[in-house]
Amino acid sequence: MQHLRAFLRAHGWSYAFILPSLVTFAAFTFAPMAWSAMISFQKVNLRTGGTWVTPIWANYERAFTAQSHVFVVAIGNTLIYTAFTVTTNIVVGLALASLIQPLHRHVRTFFRAAYYLPAVTSSLIVGMTWAYIYNAQWGFANYLLRLIGLEPVRWLSNPDIALGSIIASTMLTIPATAVVLFSAAMGGIPSEYYEAADLDGASPLQKWLGITLPLIKPTTLYLSVIYTIASFEVFERIYVMVPSGVGNSTQTIVTQIYSAGFKDFDLGVSAAQAMVLFAMIGAVALVQFRVLRSDVEY
Amino acid sequence: MSTVRVSRVSPAARLVAFVRPRGLTTGRAVATWATLLATTAIALFPMYWLFVNALTPITATPPLTPILWPAWKLDNIIRLLTTSKHYTQWVSNSLVVALGATLWHAVFDTLAGYAFAKRRFPGRDAIFATLVATLMVPIHVTFIPLYLINRELGLIDSLWAVLMPATSNVFGIFLMRQFIQTLPGELEDAARIDGCSELGVVRHVIVPLSQPAIASLAIFTFVRNWNDFLWPLIAVNRPQMFTLTVGVASLQGEFMTDWGIIFAGAAVASLPITAFFLLFQRYFLDGLRLGALK
Repeated sequence: MQHLRAFLRAHGWSYAFILPSLVTFAAFTFAPMAWSAMISFQKVNLRTGGTWVTPIWANYERAFTAQSHVFVVAIGNTLIYTAFTVTTNIVVGLALASLIQPLHRHVRTFFRAAYYLPAVTSSLIVGMTWAYIYNAQWGFANYLLRLIGLEPVRWLSNPDIALGSIIASTMLTIPATAVVLFSAAMGGIPSEYYEAADLDGASPLQKWLGITLPLIKPTTLYLSVIYTIASFEVFERIYVMVPSGVGNSTQTIVTQIYSAGFKDFDLGVSAAQAMVLFAMIGAVALVQFRVLRSDVEY
Repeated sequence: MSTVRVSRVSPAARLVAFVRPRGLTTGRAVATWATLLATTAIALFPMYWLFVNALTPITATPPLTPILWPAWKLDNIIRLLTTSKHYTQWVSNSLVVALGATLWHAVFDTLAGYAFAKRRFPGRDAIFATLVATLMVPIHVTFIPLYLINRELGLIDSLWAVLMPATSNVFGIFLMRQFIQTLPGELEDAARIDGCSELGVVRHVIVPLSQPAIASLAIFTFVRNWNDFLWPLIAVNRPQMFTLTVGVASLQGEFMTDWGIIFAGAAVASLPITAFFLLFQRYFLDGLRLGALK
């Protein structure tokens, strides 16, 4: 009793300050996570509750095999989307941040803001706007093709190119977060390093490769992780650009989780697919932290 | 007699220094500016085109030659507000959700961020690490249980169902901790010696000093929730309870042939956020840097 009172006097306020946050995390993140893991092995009846399925992995088996393996196709599409968009985001972000770095402080602020402006808009509305740009009849993309005398393209309804169109729309969206964070990281590199390199007669490219690139590695790591996670979870853009999906060609992991759970009401399969997504994100985060872990301190 | 050095750099020379900083050859300066301006145009074009179409009267299919300059007429927007029954309701639903989440995070993330940054208590680092690890959890894992719980509680089709899960997000706690860690500890101790209670320390020392971080946190939380789509889509079925993003997505099905209304609906939905960004641009960019894990 004595101990408890002393403990509370010393730490009571600390726990009181974090308690509201802990309660919401427990209720809306941790408990649902655990329950979702259970549901992925259950058959759920909305009135009578869940019963375990036999064999116990049946939902996972159906998750992959149902509707002629559409989930496997969806994982493939998601990985293709991720490979293209993450690479472009890192490269473009790095290039633009390097280009604005030598410019005047106000010019840097202007470009960072201009790139970031579209990024505050909901990806749903950005996706809708791209759907208009890709409209086969009156869209801006086909207008450009007509200008140079080419045939119009069915950007979003041709199953062979729909996924490519969606990927291109993301690649053409300037990775504003990357520009801002790379730019901040480059600004934090001590100028003595560059001055020392100047004394040795290093070229701008040598300085960039030898000083800038290694020293911003933590930022590169962070950005590649958050962009990979965001790409694995791509949904809004696809939901509005190809509402019904073009066959299976534009299905992604999250469109599958959504349609299994909230269109077909096959909750077990949807939960199993969500757990697969969870495992994929965990694996990627682990690998990326291992491979890119910083060994540079400054 | 002291001498004052007056800068004798002419305005023209200063402009040259502005456009072509030292260390850049003219050729490289030209290439840099051309690339930056071209990418800016690419970045801004989609939203620009949306606004141009929203501000040009279109009642059926848009013209084959794209409109590239707005007519500055509000016909589409007026038609949107008069014919789409629930649009204003959607705006107020989104405001309630976004402001509610912002209020929650501004208060409780500041308290939690302060505790994690400055106070010592058993389990602090383990609890913090566990919360940060939720960044790896795709929110989609929680949807089915959250749906079942809200259904059980009869909250589906209410804004509570949309708002409540928005309170478990670690970004603000992380941001506040990062910021408060940089504050000197002496002021807290001084306040305690002057007889401040623990809550008083937060109110009179931490909150005033953390205002820029709280502003960034509030702006990010508001934008995140204003833009949120998939959970509101699941949690709400009745059109009058839609949030703005869900409502705007539903316009495409409702007004299939009246593109003017659809353009107006999308443009008006992104307008407050865009204006918000232009006003508070600094807090956005600072928050982005503070909230980044290193």
